Amino acid sequence: MRGNYIFMKMTGAEIFVECLKREGVKHIFGYPGGVILNIFDLLYDDKDIQLILTRHEQGAVHAADGYARSTGKPGVVLVTSGPGATNTVTGLATASMDSIPIVVFSGQVPTMLIGNDAFQEADIVGISRPCTKYNYLAKDARDLSRIVRESFHVAMTGRPGPVLIDLPKDVTASKAEFTWPEITIRSYNPTYEGNKWMINQAAQLIAKSKKAVIVAGGGVILSGGARELKELAEITDIPVTMTLMGLGSFPGSHTLSLGMPGMHGTYYANKAIQESDLLIAVGMRFDDRVTGKIDAFAPHAKIIHIDIDPTSIRKNVRVDVPIVGDVKRVLMVLNKVLKEDIKEQWEAVRNAWLKQIDAWKKERPMTYTYSDEVIKPQFVVEKIYELTKGDAIISTEVGQNQMWAAQFYKFDKPRMWLTSGGLGTMGYGFPAAIGAQLAHPNKLVIDIAGDGSIQMNIQELATAVINKLPVKVAILNNHYLGMVRQWQELFFNERYSYTHLEVVPDFVKIAEAYGAVGLRAIKPSEVEPVLKEAFKIKKTVFMDFQVHWKEKVYPMVPAGAPIDQMLFEEQKEKTEKKLKAVK
Amino acid sequence: MRHTISLLVENKFGVLSRIAGLFSGRGYNIESLSVGETIDPQISTMTIVTSGDDQIIEQINKQLNKLIDVIKVIDMTELDHVEREMVLIKVTPKHENKAEVLRLAEIFRGRIVDSSQHTYTVEITGDEKKIEALIELLKPMGIKEFVRTGKIAIAREGTKKS
Repeated sequence: MRGNYIFMKMTGAEIFVECLKREGVKHIFGYPGGVILNIFDLLYDDKDIQLILTRHEQGAVHAADGYARSTGKPGVVLVTSGPGATNTVTGLATASMDSIPIVVFSGQVPTMLIGNDAFQEADIVGISRPCTKYNYLAKDARDLSRIVRESFHVAMTGRPGPVLIDLPKDVTASKAEFTWPEITIRSYNPTYEGNKWMINQAAQLIAKSKKAVIVAGGGVILSGGARELKELAEITDIPVTMTLMGLGSFPGSHTLSLGMPGMHGTYYANKAIQESDLLIAVGMRFDDRVTGKIDAFAPHAKIIHIDIDPTSIRKNVRVDVPIVGDVKRVLMVLNKVLKEDIKEQWEAVRNAWLKQIDAWKKERPMTYTYSDEVIKPQFVVEKIYELTKGDAIISTEVGQNQMWAAQFYKFDKPRMWLTSGGLGTMGYGFPAAIGAQLAHPNKLVIDIAGDGSIQMNIQELATAVINKLPVKVAILNNHYLGMVRQWQELFFNERYSYTHLEVVPDFVKIAEAYGAVGLRAIKPSEVEPVLKEAFKIKKTVFMDFQVHWKEKVYPMVPAGAPIDQMLFEEQKEKTEKKLKAVK
Repeated sequence: MRHTISLLVENKFGVLSRIAGLFSGRGYNIESLSVGETIDPQISTMTIVTSGDDQIIEQINKQLNKLIDVIKVIDMTELDHVEREMVLIKVTPKHENKAEVLRLAEIFRGRIVDSSQHTYTVEITGDEKKIEALIELLKPMGIKEFVRTGKIAIAREGTKKS
């Protein structure tokens, strides 16, 4: 016997659970299986950590993602090897595109079997490499604490993102001494402080500009810089447009708010960008849905780009003043410079510009044609906003439901808006809402869904009901894959190739079958009573809103067009002709 | 434009795949790649030859820097540096050309590392121009096979950005 046997030895599984506790983990989303049983067995009677059993691993990852987005804390997932692990890939890619910190632990076959095509073996480290920020294969129980610590560190710092750790069965079974080492990763040093000289340059440009616009993205929320952003906008009197990921980074009800830019953005946001002489891009990455035709984007503007990820800068657009750093810290310095060194009479400078923007707002407000015969989906979103007074956590699926939610719900605070922006993952919203509800038991959490998307993770009804999570799902049911149908109508000669979903299933009965509550509204007058009832019930509720099937998301910039070439709802096309087509 | 990028990376499994995946996933081209341990066995050096316009090269440099296992990225093209590559060329000269092969090998400071009744294998080290020149001269005599190591590069000491 060697001398060290007198030290406390723990199994890899015990080390793992201890590490999670030290990282402050209270909730895990997961699904068990053969090779991860060592850990599941420990969680069975653990008092500090609660595991939420989802009905699909994809649901677990999205739930962890919703948990992370709504709290700012990392979401944690525990699944088994093979299919358990591969089922997490969509969730990882979703989190990766939107820079969301989640940590996924997957079981793996014993190290001696790796590479042998063992039962339920998948090379998840290889598979997940391009859709994680980093990933690990733990080969030795002695490395576990370092790896767990590093993975949380990597997920949460710099530009956040998902991390996956593969845990072979023998590693969780073998014994090692518990350590809690300080970690340093020599090749990972995110830049937080912006270059002072560059910040001064930015301040000079801001002072000189007459027609500036701030474009705020998800990075503002991730860095916790919403207050600083508001301060910047208010000292300089510069209007703010928020990207899909940036909704909530600046109050949507603020007079300086322009709403969302881009493909389905507001007329005035796109106009302002195209006419501006200065764009201040904060924590955003010039996605093609924001820029439209890149060569025609903001043709007269100088661009200041603040982002923690250097690869985001000059990836899609030319940049005049690049500032690599944490949005919050950079804005704090920038605001200080603007206040102390540049004593501009901002109001006088911006007056004409703000007047112009007001004129655009009046010319083409964000609106739709109300009907009292059929439910307009925008009306449902508007009512949700009205009844919740903006104080609900809203998740969405992907497609028309997502765009209407973004257009007609005003987000005044960060972390109230959960949507798959980058990857556009259908089936994201419901599990994300479950994760958010778990983290915020007393908040109203609503998934604004479509009848297509909701069916992609509808099995999570069981998770919501069993865990008594009173998530509300508002299904804007048009019996179509609406966004694709809209493209077919506008660009494919109304050839609705495989987008009609028929009137299946009965969402009310599905909800009831799972022990949730199902409500239905067919007429516009039923919308408000249904919503009110749903919000009153302390249970999971599915609301089936039978909406006008032909309603489209407007305005719309066709893919590849400049963002000021927008299509608007044709006023004459509305009412009778369209309404008759409704079944 | 063609760039030679030198990387210091953690010497652990999966790193090569991360780097290769970065190039393939984003549609960048790898013209040559060579990997070897440095004097510190925990660190490897990689030399990648790639090409693209300024914006693509800037992205490649930034994306490489972003990879967690990459410790340092040096774009050699911006520095005064020495580049070398080694090539083994198996030639099948006719009888009357055999002497010419030997002569060429000597002129290019190559060595014959293997010979058989019908073949010579020439080893040659040098920069790209030298190697291309020898290959051109040997081609008419019949090249059966050749393998190259890929470029390696090192910065000249005491020089600044050119």
